[in-house]
Amino acid sequence: MTADSRTPEPHAVVPIDPSLAPPGTRAFRDAGGIPADRWHADQNGETLVPTHCCFCGVQCGMYLRVDRGGKVFGVEPRNHDINRMRLCPKGVNAYQQVNHPDRLTAPLMRRSRDEPLREVSWDEALDFTVAEIRRIQQAYGNDAFGLLGGASLFSEKTYLVGKFARVALKTRHVDYNGRLCMVSAAGANKLAFNIDRAGNPFSDILLTDCLLIAGSNVGECFPVMTQYVWGARDRGATLIVIDPRETAVARTADIHVALKPGTDSAFFNSVLNVVVEEGLTDEAYLAAHATGWEEVRAKAAEYPPSRAAEICGIPAEQIVQVARAFGRAPKAMAWHARGIEHHSQGVENCLTVINLCTATGNIGKPGAGYGTITGQGNGQGGREHGQKSDLLPGGRSINNEEHRRQICEIWGIEESELPPAGTSMMEMVWQMQRREIRGLIGICNNPFVSLPNYRVVKEGYDATEFHAQFDFFLSETAANAHVVFPVTSWAEDDGVMANAEARVVKHNKAQEPPPGVRTDTWVMCELARRLGAGDKFAFTSSREVFDELRIASAGTVNDYYGITYERLEETGGIAWPCPSTDHPGTPRLFEDGKTYHPDGKIHLQVVEWHPPMDPYDDEHPMTLTTGRTVAHFLSGNQTRRLGALVEQTPRPWAEVHPSHGFRNGEPVRVVTRRGSEVFPALVTEAIRPDTVFIPYHWPVPTAANALTIDALDPRSKIPEYKVCACRIEHAERIDEVPAPPVAPGHVAYPETQVSRTDPLPPTSPQGRGTSERS
Amino acid sequence: MMGRTIFIDPGRCIGCQACVSACRECDSHRGKSMIHLDYTDEGQSVASLPTVCMHCEDPVAPCAEVCPADAILVTADGVVQQADTTRCIGCANCVNACPFGVPKIDLQAKLQLKCNLCYDRTAYGLAPMCATVCPTGALFYGTAEELQAERPGVQVADSFVFGESEVRTGVAMVVPADRVQWPVPGGLPVVEINGKDVRR
Repeated sequence: MTADSRTPEPHAVVPIDPSLAPPGTRAFRDAGGIPADRWHADQNGETLVPTHCCFCGVQCGMYLRVDRGGKVFGVEPRNHDINRMRLCPKGVNAYQQVNHPDRLTAPLMRRSRDEPLREVSWDEALDFTVAEIRRIQQAYGNDAFGLLGGASLFSEKTYLVGKFARVALKTRHVDYNGRLCMVSAAGANKLAFNIDRAGNPFSDILLTDCLLIAGSNVGECFPVMTQYVWGARDRGATLIVIDPRETAVARTADIHVALKPGTDSAFFNSVLNVVVEEGLTDEAYLAAHATGWEEVRAKAAEYPPSRAAEICGIPAEQIVQVARAFGRAPKAMAWHARGIEHHSQGVENCLTVINLCTATGNIGKPGAGYGTITGQGNGQGGREHGQKSDLLPGGRSINNEEHRRQICEIWGIEESELPPAGTSMMEMVWQMQRREIRGLIGICNNPFVSLPNYRVVKEGYDATEFHAQFDFFLSETAANAHVVFPVTSWAEDDGVMANAEARVVKHNKAQEPPPGVRTDTWVMCELARRLGAGDKFAFTSSREVFDELRIASAGTVNDYYGITYERLEETGGIAWPCPSTDHPGTPRLFEDGKTYHPDGKIHLQVVEWHPPMDPYDDEHPMTLTTGRTVAHFLSGNQTRRLGALVEQTPRPWAEVHPSHGFRNGEPVRVVTRRGSEVFPALVTEAIRPDTVFIPYHWPVPTAANALTIDALDPRSKIPEYKVCACRIEHAERIDEVPAPPVAPGHVAYPETQVSRTDPLPPTSPQGRGTSERS
Repeated sequence: MMGRTIFIDPGRCIGCQACVSACRECDSHRGKSMIHLDYTDEGQSVASLPTVCMHCEDPVAPCAEVCPADAILVTADGVVQQADTTRCIGCANCVNACPFGVPKIDLQAKLQLKCNLCYDRTAYGLAPMCATVCPTGALFYGTAEELQAERPGVQVADSFVFGESEVRTGVAMVVPADRVQWPVPGGLPVVEINGKDVRR
């Protein structure tokens, strides 16, 4: 049997360079990445559909195993260029949600929040939604209705979200949950390079001599990227990790800087100070390719290591060590993530990293550059085509007249009809609280868990007169809605996503959606038709939307024009910009020494450190910081239903240093100015004594985000999740982990289920509560 | 020296349990994981260590030696199979005999379960499920030569001393290399991106 006959049409088999396979997989190599002949694939009569993981921004390739009845029932590793068959536990278990019994299979509706949600027909749900949109917009104006999208959606759907808001709803208020993800990095990259993406592909990590990872727990948030980090370490690259916790990657780093959360820009300014003092700058590069260097150097001079060490709570020698390791390396790279981005000065933190890379001449070369590690699967692609409040497709600015004109021409509307820029996700919630926004549609997001300061979020949503939500599970947010539309999972539709390298990859449909479930595309187009804009939304498939998206992005920085579904299947992924169908894509930026600013230069920005927004006092002397755990994804709406992942990390915890006198598992109350919650203590030396860590994937009463502050970065409007003032106290009992909004369904492996109110504390610093024992 | 087998490299383990989940996907014991993931220094470090069946070679498989029902088969290629369900009496002798604490007893079924090196996959030349997905290469399947080609300088250990007894195993542990600079392509094979060789 040939590889072709094993893979169902219309999915072409991705040709894979056999030399890319890791050792130990010869049979896969021989068969081009397809399991060897006479293997169980034949015995079970199954087919393997090539696709990608639905979760994080690595976008690992995988095959979904589909049985004779056309149902997804398993996963098989795929030798894709990105992950080379590697998968993390989320990837291994992802397929279990496709046919999970908790799937919503009929629209749910209620006319007021006093009533329970009941199953209704699609017509009834759509009619009610359209009537409510009309009622609210006629009474309070078009901008009284808002739309919140999601960065787990395919790019086609994020494009439709932006178009639907502006053309069908005619509202300025559209934003998305990528606002909680990497917009700080996006803002910094736009300021410095006028392009919003990582500069280098993952594989460049293997070529670097010094790898600096700032604010990223790669081992838990991006596990498959660890192979590149270890690959760099194998060939002798110096590994520098900046993180208040000793994470799995920090544990093996040459230099681990455990700085106080919220002090990153002071640290990087100081590193730059030492680089300048020791003559490690690349002055020729700076003179030829950068503007603003004199001002940046002058500012860095104000941050000698002695001063920064005091601000950051670290030894001054570490700053010198980092500066020497990074500045002396022939090729150095910096990758950063939410740890430095989730701050009220998130953009500035990222700018200081860019300043360091530029000053040492480490931009746009193999093994030298910068990267941003996106969180959500389509965190990169999700904002490129108009889902963000200030952006139009192709990354065009909604405030730029020329850009507005171009898009209006493509959409076939008058420029006067195109609304101006709206506000960000958190600001929209504040507007809901003030009843400036009275109606809302949420598409595949879960702000009840993911936004900071839960009390404000709940008040905002409760104040809306109408709230509809698209999802395939009844999330905490959907449970608050008037209408819930059951939509497809990632395995039930075609579409593209862009990963953290800005590599566009194609997801393939593996099974038909369950009866009663429609695609997000269908729901948006049908709503638009009923709102009278049907002619602008005559899409019947993802491919049609993608073809319009390609045209809408043509000629911009985010140029997708040359990317087609066929090319994606042939190549396994193409990095944008890709202006023509014979263009190979752009995996590495600035190889010609030019940025996307009109003058082609890197615009360096002066950064002054300022303290976090939530001040410390005697009542709140410690820092609360939040983050992820490897078994769960974002708000946990998907992963908290999968038995294996629940077993792995059944509940959140509070990570505290032994100096506070807690014993492992004791109840610890964490108090901030927003409230308090009780968690089991995880006592470990792997965290700073002045810092407490809580993972954020759970809803109240164990929600980290009931404690975090809704302060925003003034430029990127990202919330300051990573630092707020707190204190810790002994408590009587531990808050129970809430059950999901609907009863946990039968998961594939019932014997692996554990109680969701399991009182046992986690037993390891990584919080993986149950290691396998007989 | 050993042939194709699993090498455990604790220095690369991030404790993510992808191996534990992947083991459940193996068709020969679907739903049950046969991997132990231990956190070795809790409270001080995030260090972690996966343990699969070590497939003991000398003395040949203590679990098999003590099995009163003769249920544990050691194949010619050195793989210690999980107990034959038609013979196993669930007595747990194997659990007590194993120096690595590997076999488990399914108490309801009164049957032993353990890692069989994904025999359904390895018999066809595929890597075991755990080593295939391991995102960091902490579990590596191949020959010692392949391992050393990818990770220059590392040594492997396949004998373990328990008191006066020494056990030589078919699965080996990786001993870290001294720190030296290795040329590309140490580590992972370098990748071409969209037809462009990134090594230049």
